[in-house]
Amino acid sequence: MAFDIARLIGFVVLLTGIAVPLGLYMARVYQGEKTWLTPVLAPVERFVYRVGGVDPSGEMPWTVYAVSLLLFNFACFTILYAMLRFQGSLPLNPTGAVGMSPALAFNTAVSFVTNTNWQAYAGETGVSHLIQMAGFTWQNFISAATGITVAIALIRGLIRKESRTVGNFWVDLTRTWLYVLLPICLVLAVVFVSQGVVQTMAGSVSATTVQGATQTMSVGPVASQEAVKVLGTNGGGFFNANSAHPFENPTPLTDLLQMLAILAIPAGLTFTFGKMAGNLKQGVTVFAAMAILFALSVGVMYGFETAGNPNLTKAGADQVASVTQAGGNMEGKEVRFGITDSALFGSVTTGASCGAVNASMSSMTPLAGGMAMLNIALGEVVFGGAGAGLYGMLVFAILAVFIAGLMVGRTPEFLGKKIGPKDIKLAMFAVLALAAGILGFAALGVSTPAGMAGRLSVGPHGLSEILYAFTSGVGNNGSAFAGLNAASLFYTTTIGIAMLIGRYLFIVPVLAIAGSLAAKKQVPPSAGTFPTDTPMFSGLLVGVVVIVGALTFFPVLALGPVLEQLLMTAGKLF
Amino acid sequence: MSDASIDMHVDTPPGTSAPRKREAVANSRALILQAVRESFIKLNPMKLWHNPVMLVVEIGAAIVTFYVFAELLVTVTRTFSSENHLPFLIAIAFWLWFTVLFANFAEAMAEGRGKAQADTLRKMTTDTLANLMKGEDIEQIPAAQLRRGDTVVVSAGETIPGDGDVINGIASVDESAITGESAPVIRESGGDRSAVTGGTKVLSDRIIVQITSEPGKTFLDRMISLVEGASRSKTPNEIALDILLVALTMIFLLVTVTLEAFAVFSGNPVQVSVLIALLVCLIPTTIGGLLSAIGIAGMDRLVQHNVLAMSGRAVEAAGDVNTLLLDKTGTITLGNRQAAEFLPVTGVEVQELADAAQLASIADETPEGRSIVVLAKQFGIRERHLHAEDTTFIPFTALTRMSGVDWQGHKIRKGAADSVAAWVDSLGGHASLEIEDLARSVGEQGGTPLVVSIDDRALGVVHLKDIVKGGIRERFEQLRAMGIRTVMITGDTPVTAAVIAREAGVDDFLAQATPEAKMELIRKEQAQGKLVAMTGDGTNDAPALAQADVGVAMNTGTTAAKEAGNMVDLDSNPTKLIEIVEIGKQLLMTRGALTTFSIANDVAKYFAIIPAIFMVAYPELRALNIMGLNSPNSAILSAVIFNALVIVALIPLSLKGVRYRPLGAGAVLRRNLLIYGLGGLVVPFVGIKLIDMALVALRLAA
Repeated sequence: MAFDIARLIGFVVLLTGIAVPLGLYMARVYQGEKTWLTPVLAPVERFVYRVGGVDPSGEMPWTVYAVSLLLFNFACFTILYAMLRFQGSLPLNPTGAVGMSPALAFNTAVSFVTNTNWQAYAGETGVSHLIQMAGFTWQNFISAATGITVAIALIRGLIRKESRTVGNFWVDLTRTWLYVLLPICLVLAVVFVSQGVVQTMAGSVSATTVQGATQTMSVGPVASQEAVKVLGTNGGGFFNANSAHPFENPTPLTDLLQMLAILAIPAGLTFTFGKMAGNLKQGVTVFAAMAILFALSVGVMYGFETAGNPNLTKAGADQVASVTQAGGNMEGKEVRFGITDSALFGSVTTGASCGAVNASMSSMTPLAGGMAMLNIALGEVVFGGAGAGLYGMLVFAILAVFIAGLMVGRTPEFLGKKIGPKDIKLAMFAVLALAAGILGFAALGVSTPAGMAGRLSVGPHGLSEILYAFTSGVGNNGSAFAGLNAASLFYTTTIGIAMLIGRYLFIVPVLAIAGSLAAKKQVPPSAGTFPTDTPMFSGLLVGVVVIVGALTFFPVLALGPVLEQLLMTAGKLF
Repeated sequence: MSDASIDMHVDTPPGTSAPRKREAVANSRALILQAVRESFIKLNPMKLWHNPVMLVVEIGAAIVTFYVFAELLVTVTRTFSSENHLPFLIAIAFWLWFTVLFANFAEAMAEGRGKAQADTLRKMTTDTLANLMKGEDIEQIPAAQLRRGDTVVVSAGETIPGDGDVINGIASVDESAITGESAPVIRESGGDRSAVTGGTKVLSDRIIVQITSEPGKTFLDRMISLVEGASRSKTPNEIALDILLVALTMIFLLVTVTLEAFAVFSGNPVQVSVLIALLVCLIPTTIGGLLSAIGIAGMDRLVQHNVLAMSGRAVEAAGDVNTLLLDKTGTITLGNRQAAEFLPVTGVEVQELADAAQLASIADETPEGRSIVVLAKQFGIRERHLHAEDTTFIPFTALTRMSGVDWQGHKIRKGAADSVAAWVDSLGGHASLEIEDLARSVGEQGGTPLVVSIDDRALGVVHLKDIVKGGIRERFEQLRAMGIRTVMITGDTPVTAAVIAREAGVDDFLAQATPEAKMELIRKEQAQGKLVAMTGDGTNDAPALAQADVGVAMNTGTTAAKEAGNMVDLDSNPTKLIEIVEIGKQLLMTRGALTTFSIANDVAKYFAIIPAIFMVAYPELRALNIMGLNSPNSAILSAVIFNALVIVALIPLSLKGVRYRPLGAGAVLRRNLLIYGLGGLVVPFVGIKLIDMALVALRLAA
């Protein structure tokens, strides 16, 4: 127990150690300052602009920024959709994967364009190496970079004074993958290979098992995709078993590196924000709020997983951790990782909108699973997705400033920008879109025969399965609760739409907020200014996130995970 | 003016507090009765349209009422129903209607005070006749027919028929109807005291007034519509808050509607009336119900302070002000300089100087002159009677810049240093260098030197000092804690200004200020994103008043100044700017506090209603009933009743405003978060539990 807690604290310390320098480095990148990689990468960057016909000094108003982003994402979607439909006729297909159905191709293409990486297909058998590399891995870079550009545009909106523009989408996009994602992924992939993550163009290997049987195991270009899968909070694994698979996540070191890589950019961006705002404490405050939510999540998941299922104890099973066993609820877990790493990984992957998993969410105790669901439902701000976490949290910061800011007797302001009716309208629109996406689709799921048909379980657990799927889709998380038959026409279509809602009905208002804030004057801070760089503000931010999330999802969570946990305690299982 | 004319306007003799108290109680009772009546009139959905949160509650109440009648039919037609929902339904419908009524009542109460005031004002506008000048003739027409540009004659005892400028004559005017101040004021043609207001009364003399306002747009009309809240448009913060509340309402609508789907899935469908009860409890009814009352009450608080804001926007801007421009004279210092010290030259006793200074000031009625006499008293020099035959008083003129007395053959003078020096020289004497040094050192200390001479001898210098108002330094410290910078505006030299600025504790000063320099300063501050507030009265202040975010014109000021500013202070007290800022802040704080409270309340309501709804199908959910409420029905009813009663309980707070403290934002936030945030979480748990216990004790719910 004490050792476990020490490890969890150690993890946060390590994360901070990585996030601070990375965040400061990113601030330099987006402010166009020189970095130690500039001599090598600047020529490449210039070449990209020349080929693309981009004027890197051309600044965009938020509208142009948003339209560029949407058009670019739509083009990516179209290409990926076509590739998935016709992958049977395309090269690099050693396993002979066939073209996907329109609905599945739609779902999968949307999933990778929106940084969700929901996998309605079977990873290792359903798609070819070409798709894995040129489709998914490419898209993993692009969708992560898209999210980060939005966060950067929002930061610019907050710090610019009376400006019409929020930056240049193409420049931000190029700098993100060139200066941030690519170098780190290169190093990460090499380390993964050194630890035993496979990287080959072959389709499968055969091995003779201890019993003498022959086992065919899928392999492929895993390490290269794995690196960006975690770093870009994508989560779409090469294998269906994702990070529970030994070829994807072979050692404790890769497990640790994967978790750190997932949170590195979301956490780092908070410091990028602080640095660019000219007050690092602003960033620290946001980081602290995220860290508090993260700690709460890990605590809940670790606690319920360690406690396990009381019925098993009653039935005489030994659930106490000892030298010979991990203790707690080991159902659906890799024995290699045990309770602590699985709970931690679960919190990391649902807090950040990653969706990579190293254990089955469905098999967790109901409240631990419910916590994972709540992490996503809160709006992916528990560090959150690459870029998405920061801009989501900043939207909550704007709401927190508005609700509580009036209490200091001034028109609420955030970084000197007065929060007006337009900003509130946009922020609430984004929040409302998420809530409507999750609750609306889940209600549709439980009210229609097609939706009900997909369940594996009855009772509250069945509700959790459906709710989790749409929460994961809207939250652009991509992790699955398992159990639900997500490949049906109903679910591929509805979850596809849910992913689009969660991504673009949030991004567009956020960019509009960036534009609205950029155009405003900046009121210089004084003793009467609402302080947004203090521990009190971290606490307020946590409070607003939790209360908005709890108020929206309490009733349905009460009928799902909470009821299931209570029933389990009473001896009823699903 | 005669004494009689003043007496006429003292309507309540002192010492009649008991009947007055009784009258106040009767007034407030009438006010409440009126508000009760209004709250029913406001049930009209067309009137409720501006308040979407309450409209949702009303629609909910109507639906539940419909169910009541439907159930009533069922009960009548069927002789026996095993599950009779009727009492529960009636109770829910009853309390939902009351939720709307309570909110309406809050608004009506806030409006009521203004209405009463408006009625008194309206009485003044009717029945006034105007003596319109038509060439040489004078024609009597009703005041309402006066147009801009008309000229009217107003004589003693008549009411001024409309707003205008005095173009001829001088008169004392009773403005108590507008300002509440019974002392008459002087109005004269030309200069900064030419503006008169319709509805005020001329007490003496006769003036010719040129009308400057169109009918229906006079100051009095504007005042009436302001206190009535008729011209109230929503301020940016109110609009933003409205959007937040509407969005929250939509989220909760979504939550309750989808909940039915999940409930059906869980095999436990929920009655529509219960869903409506849940919805009403969740949507921010507390702040939604009190929002407009808070705004109206804020304007009303300003009116109580005798300040008229031309828009709610101006009041809000006052809370946001970063920089206050304050005129030195009258705001920071007492209006007049006072003698502080006698500084004799070598060889002259202080006694002798004091004596001469007193003699030179006996006939001087200016406050400066009075203060010299007062100071001289401290040296044992009493008032004395001068015999007319050997005394000639020499009054101050702009030419000589001296005053004094010729007494018993002596020529005693006091005045500006160079003038007196020249005078002494002209009598054959010689003003020493020492006099010059003394005068200069007084100037360097921020004072004004007056040199006193007797015949050809300059005796010394009287140090006239600006007296900083008591307590003003503390006020500025409070403002600084609130993050507001104060800038003193003065016509003095930078040296003098710096001394007073230091003494008063202002952050900065603008010396030798011209209207252009003032304007420049405002622009510079605004370019940095700051909001600026200032006061002014003269016509030359008008551009700056218009440029400032909060421009408070003095009621004694010119029409141009009053039109340029966005507030008028009827008391013409420039210090009031500070109170205006405080009222603006208090208004915003009250809104924020009740919003936070309202949202925080929801947590407890969930814990009351959710287990209540599903406890029957899933007894395990009893674990969520942490308040230990008696039964599902009592739990839901308690939450609804709490939700309605909390509106009533908070009406006084929303009318009075949350307590304002001059602290930094951090401290204020911590305090208010603790009271309204944490309080908002805890209070409903206690409240709902108590109501539940009461319902059970009274057997109103099983």
